[in-house]
Amino acid sequence: MTYRSDPYDPKQVASLDSDALDAAVAEAGQAFAEAADVDALGALKPAHLGDRSPVSLARREIGALPPAAKASAGQRVNAARTAIQAAFDARQEVLAAEQAERVLREERVDVTLPADRRPRGARHPLTTLMERVGDMFIGMGYEIAEGPEVELEWANFDALNIPADHPARGLMDTFWVQGAGEATESGLVLRTHTSPVQARTMLTRKPPIYVVVPGRVYRTDELDATHSPVFHQVEGLVVDKGITMAHLKGTLDHFARAMFGPDARTRWRPHYFPFTEPSAEFDVWFAEHRDGPQWVEWGGCGMVNPNVLRACGIDPDVYSGFAFGMGIDRTLMFRNGVSDMREMFEGDVRFTRAFGMEVH
Amino acid sequence: MRVGLSWLREFVALPESVTAAELDTALNNLGIEVEEIVDQRETVKGSLVVGRVLTIEELTGFKKPIRFCTVDVGAANGTGEPQEIVCGATNFAVGDLVVVILPGGELPGGFQIGARKTYGHMSAGMICSARELGISDEHDGIIVLAPASEAGAAAARGVQPGADARPIVGLDDMLIDVTPTPDRGYQMSVRGLARELAHAFQVPFSDPGLALHSSATSGDAWDLVIDDPAGCDRFAARLVRGVDPNAATPDFMARRLTAAGVRVLGLPIDITNYVMLELGQPMHAFDADRVQGPLVVRRAAQGEKLTTLDGVTRVLAAEDMIICDDSGPISLAAVMGGQTSEVAPETTTVLFEAAHWDPVMVGRTARRHKLFSEAAKRWERGVDRELCLVAIERAVALLTEYGGGKAGAEITDANYPPEPFSLRLDPALPTRLIGVTYAAERVAEVLTEVGCRVAIGDEFEVTPPSWRPDLLQPADLVEEVVRLDGLDKVPSVLPIAPPGNGLTPQQRRRRSIGRALAEQGYVEVICNPFVSAAALTSLGLPTDAVRLANPLSDEEPLLRTSLLPPLLTTLKRNIGRGQRDVALFEVGLVFRAAQRQGIPPVMTIASRPSEEEWRLAQEYVPHQPYHVAAVLAGSPLEPAGRWGAGRAADWSDAIQAARDTLATAGLDAARVEIAAAEQAPWHPGRCAAIKVDGEIIGYAGELHPAVCAEQDLPKRACAMELDLDLVPLPGVTPPPVLSNFPPALIDVALVLPQEVSAAEVEAALREGAGPLLESVRLFDVYTGQGIDPGQKSLAYKLVFRAPDRTLTGEEAVAARDAAVAVTAARFGAVLRGA
Repeated sequence: MTYRSDPYDPKQVASLDSDALDAAVAEAGQAFAEAADVDALGALKPAHLGDRSPVSLARREIGALPPAAKASAGQRVNAARTAIQAAFDARQEVLAAEQAERVLREERVDVTLPADRRPRGARHPLTTLMERVGDMFIGMGYEIAEGPEVELEWANFDALNIPADHPARGLMDTFWVQGAGEATESGLVLRTHTSPVQARTMLTRKPPIYVVVPGRVYRTDELDATHSPVFHQVEGLVVDKGITMAHLKGTLDHFARAMFGPDARTRWRPHYFPFTEPSAEFDVWFAEHRDGPQWVEWGGCGMVNPNVLRACGIDPDVYSGFAFGMGIDRTLMFRNGVSDMREMFEGDVRFTRAFGMEVH
Repeated sequence: MRVGLSWLREFVALPESVTAAELDTALNNLGIEVEEIVDQRETVKGSLVVGRVLTIEELTGFKKPIRFCTVDVGAANGTGEPQEIVCGATNFAVGDLVVVILPGGELPGGFQIGARKTYGHMSAGMICSARELGISDEHDGIIVLAPASEAGAAAARGVQPGADARPIVGLDDMLIDVTPTPDRGYQMSVRGLARELAHAFQVPFSDPGLALHSSATSGDAWDLVIDDPAGCDRFAARLVRGVDPNAATPDFMARRLTAAGVRVLGLPIDITNYVMLELGQPMHAFDADRVQGPLVVRRAAQGEKLTTLDGVTRVLAAEDMIICDDSGPISLAAVMGGQTSEVAPETTTVLFEAAHWDPVMVGRTARRHKLFSEAAKRWERGVDRELCLVAIERAVALLTEYGGGKAGAEITDANYPPEPFSLRLDPALPTRLIGVTYAAERVAEVLTEVGCRVAIGDEFEVTPPSWRPDLLQPADLVEEVVRLDGLDKVPSVLPIAPPGNGLTPQQRRRRSIGRALAEQGYVEVICNPFVSAAALTSLGLPTDAVRLANPLSDEEPLLRTSLLPPLLTTLKRNIGRGQRDVALFEVGLVFRAAQRQGIPPVMTIASRPSEEEWRLAQEYVPHQPYHVAAVLAGSPLEPAGRWGAGRAADWSDAIQAARDTLATAGLDAARVEIAAAEQAPWHPGRCAAIKVDGEIIGYAGELHPAVCAEQDLPKRACAMELDLDLVPLPGVTPPPVLSNFPPALIDVALVLPQEVSAAEVEAALREGAGPLLESVRLFDVYTGQGIDPGQKSLAYKLVFRAPDRTLTGEEAVAARDAAVAVTAARFGAVLRGA
């Protein structure tokens, strides 16, 4: 230690000579390198950069130097201090990065752990399939029409050109509603198809009519792999001026593409339905069928029978119309490969859950 | 209807090369559903040949007679050596010609034929019975093509050892099994199908229905009185005398009948069935010697009795048409003959009848007596009234040819023809309805092809043929044009609908509710609506249910008045299948008594029902509101997991499901009220009535323990059900008032009697706190130490905020005090710790 009052000799101020400063830099560098973490490094700071560190003490000696020596001594001390600070900062950066990395490593979790504290439920695929069909037609400007499931015999049969003694009435295995009191007849049935909604729609709206009717229908079939007493249909009805069977074809082809992909199209076979004339059954080309691309029977269609238009107060000389319908359950079965109808109606949560919130 | 191509070829010149696939396509394109097409040549594979029995050695020591035979099969076995065959039949002798299938062949049903050791001998092939070949059910022995004594004649027909046996036994045909649509009765005949195939293949058709026939004679074949020409507008008859009662039905006829699924019953009856299949005219054959006196065709007297051919004594209705003789009814007209006059094994005099009956009457009679005979099926669908004499002619010809009889000279034809019918057709109508341009000439051509008479003009006058009673209006003719011209020619054109309004608010709401419940953990199910009366009463549900006249199960004749019974059954099914934690919901209709009981007014279809009729009819339609219901058991909403035990679903989940449903429906919480209620099937202390604007729209909570026990449900199962039709639409939502001044937060704990409900306390707090109260939230319910028995502590977090300023502490405390004061006044509440 030297003092200002002492006579001085720069050569005697050992702390300011180059060797001493270099040694301080080297020593600090060594110490920093050995610091294992940020805290250890911090603890070294006073010894190498603090007030009583070699470079700080050396700086104090500068004042005592003759003016000629001050400048070069000051430069040496500053260079040494800068070097030590740089070494500290570099080490600090490395250690901070290491520490951050370590923290992240230590906070690692098993991301495969389940977290379904509140599992979602699911919607029935028949519901969502009907919604999907409805949405497609709504996109085309149609509306969704509805009607009761216990229906007037008149609307389910008579208005649709199915007279009481016509064999077509016998084809539909109908649930009849028991009459009140002693009466055996009630004039009511569980609707055997969604078609009575055609009659209701035509009686309550004026043409142009563009509606689809998704809904639940009933036939007296025991539940088995291919039958159910409760099943679902979607019906379409258009009544407008100048409607042709070509329009029916265009609508069904568009519908088919929306449901079965861009390659889908329909093929017709003549058929008989009392409420349409001409009538056809139609198949759809389904490229993604699980048994390979093929034609699949899909539904029935035709031009609305003039007798039906008349019964519903629409002049068949002014308006024409088409109607079509298909089983939604059947569609789900071949589209998604459901092989047993019972699965759709037994309410097993495993079945519904498999379809989630939308049917894909 | 199942017929062989060989029969069809008698009337239509189909190409020889036609394949099953071509027939299938052609028939489908004509609207005739094909059940199957069986190429009989393919049903027996390998060598099926004629064999001559050379030697028979009777094997003994077995349980049944067994023969070891050698059979000459010519060169068919490649060696010319006799074939050694073991046979279990005994109905043949040395020298008989039989049918042999050689090793390597296969019989119908995939039965492979090989050489194998049986009964101690090598057997190389099999001598076949008719059943084994799939020709008929005959299995009393093997087929003997010809006994030894007729070998010469047989050889002249090509029946000799080594010859292919298929054409000889009738296994060279293509069987077509089709189901015509119910409007086309004419297709239920060889005649009709041949006509359709002629259209499809554009080949000549010779119509057997237009065959030459004798006309009625002045004298009657039998005395006849038609009492009711509305029920029977034509009746033709002719006698055949001196029929050999032992005459066998010829093979071709038996084969064709068998192929069609018609039993072979004896020549005269077989002929009536054969003619029915061929022409479509149902007929009847009486044993003339058993008919007493004139035939009378009339309606039955109510309660009159007739024993039909099937041995059933039927009580007739006044609408049934019958044929009677002096003894009374002898035939249920058009449906089934009676026992007393039927042709018997000893019959020698046959009276053939071919009549035309009212199809509606026949349909009703068939349904009334549950007799859906082949004849009835044809009548219902419509029979050509011009066929009567043709059919008689054909039947008489067949019987005299194969039965050796002599036709009577007299032919009866009592005919009450209907008014001539024709319709007017604008030849442009097909183009207008189909969207394909059809020239008028093409329209006329097609209609002529189906048998119509077309008088050409600006408007066509079209007279449908007698076999097409279904052609009644221009649209029916349009269908024939597009059907024969080809549906595949109809182009695909998308019509442009006018702008629509999208989903109705109710439709949108049902979807949202379904999604919301599913998002919260409920799984949607679709249940059958059929329930028992016991299910309704045991759950205490409304019993004004709609009853079915013909339920699937007599146990469940009612329709649900609530979604719960089927939903609870489904819940149990899931638990039975190993699920422990189940939350289900359904959105669907329930069925309640109509506003008006009785039978709805009879409405016309000739024109629109009047507004008044239609409105009145609706009053007879049962009330069918949309309901939503949910059921819970176990811990479905928060199941056990790595975070610990699950939280068992309880009454509050059910009530929350109801609240969430109403929130999803867009209703402000302020319009919804939850109130304690005692309502079956819920636990009386854990049931809430759900009210909107003060009106009860449903209930939710824990099910009554007795219900759970009786229904075998898990303990503490919960349920909710709302009538969505009673939930009002929310209207336009006003925006909230948002203040950005700081809130004042104050907690209060109130001690008050147990029986005071949280809803009531909250309402009181809101009322007392006034407009500065922004929100109130219950955060603790406490009973126990420090709280007197019968009391409870409810702790609330109150948030006060003013829209226009920062509240002072004094203002907030004053509002808090006002709120507490109302609870104190109303329920005797005191601040806890005060």
